[in-house]
Amino acid sequence: MKLSRLEYARPASVAEAIELLQGTEGAKIIAGGQSLIPVLAFRLAAPPLLVDIGKLDDLRGTETTPAGTRLGARVRWCEIERDAALRRAQPLLAAMTDHVAHYQVRNRGTVGGSLAHADPAAEMPGVAVACEAIMHVAGPAGSRDVRSEDFFEGPLQTVLAEDELLVGLTLPPWPPGRRWAFEEFALRRGDFALAGVAVHYGRDAEGRMHDVRVGAIGAGETPLRLRAVEAELEGRKIGETLISSAAKLAAASVDPMNDLHADAEYRRALVATLFERAMLRAEHRQEEGENGPAVHP
Amino acid sequence: MALQFTLNGKTVEFGGEARTTLADCLRHHLGQTGTHVGCEHGVCGACTVIVDGEAVRSCLMLAVQAEGSQVTTVEGLSEGEDLSPLQAAFRKHHALQCGFCTPGILTTAHALLTHEPDADEERIRHVLSGNICRCTGYLPIIEAILDARAAYADGRRGKPA
Amino acid sequence: MKVLATAPSNEAPAIGQAIGRVEDLRLLRGKGRYIDDISLPGQLHAAIFRSSLPHGVIRSLDTEAARKLPGVHAVITAADLGRTVPTIPVRLFPLPEYQPFLQPVIAHDKVRYVGEPIAMVVAESPAVAEDALELIRADIDMLAPVVSLEDSRRDQSLLVETSGSNKGHYFEIGKGDVDAAFATAPYTRRERMYVHRHTGVTMELRGSLAEWDAERGHMTVWGASKVPFANRRILAGMLELQEESVDMIEGDAGGSYGVKGEFFPEDFLVPFAARLLGRPVKWSEDRREHLLAISHARDIEADLEIACGNDGRVLGIRGEIWANIGAYMRTSVVIAPRNSGQFISGPYKVENVGIHVAMQLSNKSPCGTYRGPGRYEADFFRERLFHLAAKDLGIDMVEFRRRNLVPESEMPYPMPGTAPQNNPTALDSGAYELVMDRCLSDAGWNEKLKLQGKLIDGRYHGVAATCFIEGGAAGPRESSRIVIERDGRASVYVGSSGVGQGAETILGQIAADALDVPYDQVQLFLGSTTYVKEGWGSYHSRSTVMGGSAILLTAEEIKRKLRAAAAMRFNCAPEEVEVSRGRLIASDGRSLAFADVSDQGITAEETFANHRHTYAYGTHVAHVAVDPGTGHVAVVDYVTVEDAGRIINPLTLHGQSIGAIVQGLGGTLLEHLVYDENGQMLSASFADYLMPLATDYPNIRSTAIGLRPSPFNPLGAKGAGEGGTIPVGGVIANAVANALSSLGVEPLELPLTPPRVWRMIQAAKRKPREG
Repeated sequence: MKLSRLEYARPASVAEAIELLQGTEGAKIIAGGQSLIPVLAFRLAAPPLLVDIGKLDDLRGTETTPAGTRLGARVRWCEIERDAALRRAQPLLAAMTDHVAHYQVRNRGTVGGSLAHADPAAEMPGVAVACEAIMHVAGPAGSRDVRSEDFFEGPLQTVLAEDELLVGLTLPPWPPGRRWAFEEFALRRGDFALAGVAVHYGRDAEGRMHDVRVGAIGAGETPLRLRAVEAELEGRKIGETLISSAAKLAAASVDPMNDLHADAEYRRALVATLFERAMLRAEHRQEEGENGPAVHP
Repeated sequence: MALQFTLNGKTVEFGGEARTTLADCLRHHLGQTGTHVGCEHGVCGACTVIVDGEAVRSCLMLAVQAEGSQVTTVEGLSEGEDLSPLQAAFRKHHALQCGFCTPGILTTAHALLTHEPDADEERIRHVLSGNICRCTGYLPIIEAILDARAAYADGRRGKPA
Repeated sequence: MKVLATAPSNEAPAIGQAIGRVEDLRLLRGKGRYIDDISLPGQLHAAIFRSSLPHGVIRSLDTEAARKLPGVHAVITAADLGRTVPTIPVRLFPLPEYQPFLQPVIAHDKVRYVGEPIAMVVAESPAVAEDALELIRADIDMLAPVVSLEDSRRDQSLLVETSGSNKGHYFEIGKGDVDAAFATAPYTRRERMYVHRHTGVTMELRGSLAEWDAERGHMTVWGASKVPFANRRILAGMLELQEESVDMIEGDAGGSYGVKGEFFPEDFLVPFAARLLGRPVKWSEDRREHLLAISHARDIEADLEIACGNDGRVLGIRGEIWANIGAYMRTSVVIAPRNSGQFISGPYKVENVGIHVAMQLSNKSPCGTYRGPGRYEADFFRERLFHLAAKDLGIDMVEFRRRNLVPESEMPYPMPGTAPQNNPTALDSGAYELVMDRCLSDAGWNEKLKLQGKLIDGRYHGVAATCFIEGGAAGPRESSRIVIERDGRASVYVGSSGVGQGAETILGQIAADALDVPYDQVQLFLGSTTYVKEGWGSYHSRSTVMGGSAILLTAEEIKRKLRAAAAMRFNCAPEEVEVSRGRLIASDGRSLAFADVSDQGITAEETFANHRHTYAYGTHVAHVAVDPGTGHVAVVDYVTVEDAGRIINPLTLHGQSIGAIVQGLGGTLLEHLVYDENGQMLSASFADYLMPLATDYPNIRSTAIGLRPSPFNPLGAKGAGEGGTIPVGGVIANAVANALSSLGVEPLELPLTPPRVWRMIQAAKRKPREG
């Protein structure tokens, strides 16, 4: 299982990377390579040139400001794992990260790589959509921002042009007191989710939900935002009946695929189950110490 | 393409094709066959090596991407014929049978305990879920790594048991 | 039970000590020698062009572009073989009737499974060889694929047209008068059950390195394992060489579990290419090829009926079994189908059995043996039937088994017979009920029963207990040779193969005691055909019993020669010389070291012959929790007790048990080689063939005891290592049934993956409950 013959380049700047992409038809960006190299090993793709962005330090680092949290495309899962401040600033991102792949992959795999690979069952695209993140894209004509919901076009397909590069994303600021949960079910730890659900919402003094956001992965051709479910919950008090009716709505609003591991009917039911569990987890989460799982140094 | 990196403390050179993975470079160009290749698509963990202090899958990295890095393989975990405390714990707990996955598990555990010498059983299991072992059922591996923690806590990690 | 290694002690006896393995010292330092670690100067690299279609007629093959690619030395197809394409013989229990269904070493007229070799590229590097594969074009007329057993039985599309049927052959399994037993039985129940296709999947991939010495007319092949002598015989025949002109060299093996080391097409193609090209040729399998082309296993369906008395005594089992054996009858093909019928009675007293076992061909990868072949399937079928019968009859599940276990007083207890090839065998020894009670006690059975069927924190809990036998020590023979070296140490050569099970350590312990020398005075050499005249290898849990017994015989002969040599020096009779702890002691107290007489050329080679099998046995208790929302089955607790007869090394035995259990759990809950209806294999990567991870089954408590030695071999040992796998499907399915008893779920098909369990729950909820 050897890779096809290829050329390799390691540009020193984003501009140079884009030039390289422009110069060779079919050239691909490589960052951590954790999704790309398996594709190349199976010879499902044979790009003539790999453009390694591993030396582009502009694409590293995270910054949280009142405007939100900006993550460079090269931020790795292990960095999110270790960054206590980031985990406090973006608890849903933190919770999601704990489901991503395995230790060794998390040491090289990047946020940008996951988003650009656009697997509909991957966690990061799901959280990006559920959080209404903005994607920052660089291309020959300069930079542009793309809403996460518009970024994903289909399984392993994004709006990125052949000569464009995802340089980072911004997650909106996380208001204090917000309730949230990320629930997924995979056949084994670290596998792609058969389905997953992210929820987050604010709650007023009377216990009514507002600004509800619900996302689902493994439940369609792209990560989904379940707007009908959000509308069902908006402005209402959480309760068993509401969760149950919203769960049915969640199942009805997804369009899962059949594959080797699970059929669409199962995945659809799983979305309902995971949604219910996510709502219960969000609701019962203690006000204090709600910053997600432990930080690993 | 000619590049250099440090392998188990020694500078090495590689001049092969860009498509060569780090795993194949180590095994077939540099003759260090202790690193094993079990799937070549980033699932089994047998090829795990330590690059700049972090455990990575060497089948999911091009050799050229290791340029200038410090790479440690299973051959670099001990000196001479002596077993390191981690390796000795594996023998004591019978944490290997056919031994094929073992180099990747040792490098993973070594990186983990170097960063987190107090890793608890759950953490060790989670980390080890990236390495497939077909023989042992994992129980003795977890026990061996738990047992080896003391050596990392008191700084003996690389030294013979 | 936790077992820790002891430092290699030179105290006698070595047998019974948990000696840390000698293999570990090299394997832990990255100094093992696996096949892909070995290279020869000037070697070329092979890659195999495999069929992407399951069934078709090869019209033409265009290899021109591949041959022209720089770095390519040859593209070998059937046409290059220059004569009739050899077929791979059936190694175990062959019959002339199997001939039409044997696999050619390279496809020439038809392709019959996805992954079947059609051509082999030999090039400067593995990458270039793979580049060339992309340039080969095969024009194949697709035929209707035969995928399921239903397709196979329908006989509309035939794998071998001249045979008129997809039924390769059959076994009749029989004992007593089954129809008479059923005619008068007060209770009967019939069920259709299925065990899905999954297999061993070793972490080390297959590989081969062959070197042809044209001057000497000699072939050397590295990468042999499991059965090097049998493979040498096969290869020599195909290459038209004398057996002595072929050496098969065994290195470290990264697992076998029965699947690796059989004779595969590549085991001919690589040496053939080396001879053709006059250069060493190396082939290293990749993981996709492995999943497509290693021996597959299981994939067996049963339609069985059980008859019981009202007291729960089993009166008989009858019915039909169909094994989907894949596209060809390969080396060990008959074992699993036969065992799936013959072992239907397991450790229980069943006096009447009548089962017809059909070996059905299909356009899937050919099957072979995998840990507990046929026995895993038989245990699932039997224990599901027992579960249903006990429930119907209102008898407690443990009591039901207690009433049917074979009592010690009736041993040796004959198993059902098999025809057309008889495989007579009998349960050798055991205190079955005692071991069951020990396991129930270890498990805290009575406490667990309180959770039976309960919904706790959203999960249904269920427990079950089942009993099993293993089966080991297959004949016919095994050989060993011992040489006393100049320094007095003993070099022990054995025909058994090391496949990762610790054979060097275990057989060393046997040799140390047999020679009465300290453990560090023996060194083991396994498997290679250069070591002994004839060897048989490692399968059917045989290496310890058969190899060990051969060592006992050889050691006796060595000691006889040592005594004689010492007697010459002492000027006394050999009978007056005693062998003790590596020294030869005369009756007057004078003594010599082995080294002192080694110049006499002390060497011996002996063969142990045996046709009687050993039966390790035991009980497994499973406690599961089923999540009805996801269908996930969590293994909350898994407790086993197994009696392996005389224990040579408790450390390695315990390791075998745990490892085998986890493989069984993987096979029951996760692993599945899935084919779609077009015959394409969908599980050809590790993202799709899901084996257990460290996080999956942390709660296993396993104890091996040495209670009843086998009376059938001088060691008293029993083959162990497969037993952990055998009962898992049955006991987990029964525990799931008990967990979901309020819903009336009865699993009759594996694997119990979350979607399948969830679907069963949904179906049960829709169905109106019966009484």
